[in-house]
Amino acid sequence: MALSSDTLFLLGVAVVKVVVVLLVLLTAIAYIVWLERKLVAHIQSRWGPYRVGPYGLMQPMADGLKFLFKEDIVPLEVDRFVYWLAPFLSFTLAMLTFAVIPFGGSFKLFGHEIYLQIADLNVGLLYIFAVTSLGVYSIALAGWSSNSKYPLFGGLRSSAQMISYELSLGLAVVGTLMISGSLSLRDIVNSQTGTWHLAGTNTFLPHWNIFVQPVGFIVYFIAAIAETNRIPFDLPEGETELVGGYHTEYSSFKFAMFFMAEYANMVTVSCIATLLFFGGWHGPVFGPAWLHVLLPVFWFALKVFCFLFFYIWTRGTLPRFRYDQLMAFGWKFLLPVALLNILATSFVVAWIGT
Amino acid sequence: MAVTLEKIPGQEERVILSMGPQHPSTHGVLRLVLELDGETVIRSLFDIGYLHTGFEKSFEDKTYSQGITLTDRMDYLAPLSNNLAYCLAIEKLLELEIPPKAQWARVLLTELTRVGSHLVWLGTHAIDIGAMSMFLYCFREREEILRIFEMVSGQRMMTSYFRVGGLALEPPLGWLDRVKKIVDRFPERVDEYEALLTKNPIWLRRTQGVGTISAEDAIAVGLSGPSLRGSGVDWDLRKKQPYSSYDKFNFNVPTRPEGDVYARYLVRVAEIRESLKIVRQAMEGMPEGPIKANAPHIVLPDRESMKTSIEALIYHFKIVTEGFHPPVGEVYQAIESPRGELGIYMVSDGSPKPFRCHVRAPSFANLQGLAKMMEGRLIADAVACIGSIDVVLGEIDR
Repeated sequence: MALSSDTLFLLGVAVVKVVVVLLVLLTAIAYIVWLERKLVAHIQSRWGPYRVGPYGLMQPMADGLKFLFKEDIVPLEVDRFVYWLAPFLSFTLAMLTFAVIPFGGSFKLFGHEIYLQIADLNVGLLYIFAVTSLGVYSIALAGWSSNSKYPLFGGLRSSAQMISYELSLGLAVVGTLMISGSLSLRDIVNSQTGTWHLAGTNTFLPHWNIFVQPVGFIVYFIAAIAETNRIPFDLPEGETELVGGYHTEYSSFKFAMFFMAEYANMVTVSCIATLLFFGGWHGPVFGPAWLHVLLPVFWFALKVFCFLFFYIWTRGTLPRFRYDQLMAFGWKFLLPVALLNILATSFVVAWIGT
Repeated sequence: MAVTLEKIPGQEERVILSMGPQHPSTHGVLRLVLELDGETVIRSLFDIGYLHTGFEKSFEDKTYSQGITLTDRMDYLAPLSNNLAYCLAIEKLLELEIPPKAQWARVLLTELTRVGSHLVWLGTHAIDIGAMSMFLYCFREREEILRIFEMVSGQRMMTSYFRVGGLALEPPLGWLDRVKKIVDRFPERVDEYEALLTKNPIWLRRTQGVGTISAEDAIAVGLSGPSLRGSGVDWDLRKKQPYSSYDKFNFNVPTRPEGDVYARYLVRVAEIRESLKIVRQAMEGMPEGPIKANAPHIVLPDRESMKTSIEALIYHFKIVTEGFHPPVGEVYQAIESPRGELGIYMVSDGSPKPFRCHVRAPSFANLQGLAKMMEGRLIADAVACIGSIDVVLGEIDR
């Protein structure tokens, strides 16, 4: 059966979108690492990388090359198959989430409406949660297969931590889902168009969910930091306690994959925060038609950048929680708050609905 | 054969974890063997000796003056305190009278050493608990103190600046201005550190009620210094057994009754402030006069008289080639180093080299309290406890 030219065109567009997203994402990850090193350095009154290229801008390439050329040490006692599987799993899962994340509106090309998103799943949010919760396997498996005590502790800690915080993470966004009435990320963003009208007057506040779901957002963001294993919740790899945590026994490119996955996950949770609570790509749009396509992407990137900045800022400031305190915080504080938030939201939604 | 813990029969599911000597938070080359139930520490054992240098034996093979260079390298974070303890012990043996200017300079420099040492402690302790930036801030400030040391002695860390009978050299012109700059600016910086940590809820949760040791236990295992004062015992050798004219200075000895990691943190931070007060007093009241005792057969003559007077030249030759002969006897001289009671026990047989020189290292004694602190706590607490007693391995493995 011959494919129609339309189908071929759409297939081509999909391939182009996948390639572009992957390239942009990988570059972005590399430069987030650079940004983190620069920012933390400036917080700590250092210079950070500045030798490789102007402002050390080529440092990510140098780091990447270094990882590639390092000797790949595989300890004798590891469970080889799982030991290999874990980093690939971690990296692949981190990349998969970007399939459903919308970066902007749409534009017309040869009579086709093209959306700036790889796939608009109607259960996009569920898909993301499904994929990110699989991520815990890679860490648990890495910790177990290394057959060493420190990685095992790291793996155990992170399994417990990610499972506990996944709950709060999922419950925190339920409020926004009730308001927008959809699981598709595109629909959720589109429901945040315009400005808030209060008692008939225009408040000129953007119609973002953050203004009706501040509690949901705070719970989401705290849980997201824990989910991505960042300070103050970076227990699985807390280097002063567990040396390197689950990736202690990994070297060379396998370590780099864990490393990239961590940063990719940071981008993912920042993207979701932007989409669910900060109106996605919505922002002032003006100028010629091509600006109408590019500006939303810019707003989206800017919002995501703000979250990433916050992540790095926290890292430069806060100490680390202890394991039991982390669990207590997750179960005894975040979870009840998220539940109460759902309860309150559902009452309000029902009341307005009638 | 490395030291290890044997598993208790019937408790085979417990993990024996070897922590160190290559571990990011064992402050050098301390090795811990922990028996863990989950993440809870059941028993612990310390394995020291990875930095063994044989200093105590080496002292016996060096003249009294040559031994000073070894003391720098024991507690490498507080070289001047070590110099002071060693020199004071010999001076006690010789019954030397030290001129006031030398005494004041000694006090000033050892207090700066205390500040510098506490800064390293604060930085590493904070990074152990995850607050990374503190480490960099503390080392930035310590740099200024090291510059002062470099200015007066020519060396940043291995200063060997105190000599038997006084100081090695006349301090350079303008050094007090540099000291003043530090003293003026420092309290503000300490406020900054406190703003980051003292009331930080995560910091409080990580340190309060963690690693508690009672005053009785602390005294029983021989804790000293800030680790002891954190348990509420008001014991500071600068007050209780004044040396080097500390009795002429006005300062407080901070103590806290709680005995936990947080108490030890507060005591040390308060000590930084008190030390700065002492530095200021020493700086403002610095007397004029000689920097060496009037004892030509012990103290090296200055260059000028060595080149112009035959007696000075002969003394110089005698001291350098042979050393001096202290009377037969034994002394114990303890000072309050940044880590606690640093004692030097010296036995002289009348020859120019000590017959025996034993060092009572505060870190070594403080380490004994660690097992008590860590019992039944989590691994993360163990790391906080190690940081809170501020061990320096160079001093433990003499």
